[in-house]
Amino acid sequence: MIFPFVWRVLPGPRWVKVILLLLLLAAVVAVLFQWVYPWFSVTFDIQDQNVETAP
Amino acid sequence: MSAPAQVPTEPGAARGRRAGVGARLVSLLGELLIIAGAVIGLYVVWQLFYTDVIAGKEQEQVLETLDWAYTEPVTAGSAAPEGPEVIPVGAQMPPESAPVMEEPEFTTTFATFYVPRWGTDYVKPISEGVTRTEVLDVLGIGHYPGTGMPGALGNFAISAHRTTYAKPFHRIAELEKGDALVVQTEEAWYVYRVTDHLIVYPDQVEVIAPKPGDLDAAPDGRYITLTSCHPMYSAAERYVVHGELEYWAPTGIGVPAEILEEIPQP
Repeated sequence: MIFPFVWRVLPGPRWVKVILLLLLLAAVVAVLFQWVYPWFSVTFDIQDQNVETAP
Repeated sequence: MSAPAQVPTEPGAARGRRAGVGARLVSLLGELLIIAGAVIGLYVVWQLFYTDVIAGKEQEQVLETLDWAYTEPVTAGSAAPEGPEVIPVGAQMPPESAPVMEEPEFTTTFATFYVPRWGTDYVKPISEGVTRTEVLDVLGIGHYPGTGMPGALGNFAISAHRTTYAKPFHRIAELEKGDALVVQTEEAWYVYRVTDHLIVYPDQVEVIAPKPGDLDAAPDGRYITLTSCHPMYSAAERYVVHGELEYWAPTGIGVPAEILEEIPQP
């Protein structure tokens, strides 16, 4: 399935695969932290602190 | 060193290959659930810890760019043996004569905020605007556009996160009647005193009206209003603190004695 597929697609011997996998994970986490989560938090008004007239 | 290439073990492979569509769907679903769990777990890490780190760094950098802002140690003991120069009582000016600056451009940082109740090292920048992406999530405290500026006849209304994003108003519920709220701009110090607090619904905008609590009334004093979320980690209600200007003083002759006041920290 997904995990075995990723493992098969990554090139090189096992230690190269492990390093590539870690880099891939780091990239995914960076994208989530930088763009996805801020967007989600603002769009769905998690933790709002302003007073404003109801829309 | 390099390990031999992966050779699928026979029994596992046989079982995997021969598995029916149903079994494979279940295994796919399981993997998707694991990924979803990781993504949601990471969201919590991001919201509770990462935003504090990033926003805290940003706010410190903003403070450093304000060359007029007083960011020295505000603990009387640690600055110098005798502490920083204190504004003499004779230089404390009455509220009526307070200078009022022009409202700056959106996202401009124009003031700093000191709250002895939250520790003598509490210094945070105040910037124009209350949108989350541009101001509150990065710069910290935001000023409601259109409300009064510091010292103005009316209501100087500011907003900030109570949790996450370096949480400038984390301890807003600890403020007591009579506590000092000190604002510094390039020209002047403004010392406000807390008068009361209340908890309202998010649409109760009368709390930031020129005369707090009455949308139609003309301003009758020089107020400050702090808004933040309530309860913590929620957006259901708003915690509001009102205060009134006690005195102002020009910058350059010292710091208000109030910000040196040591209040026992919990």
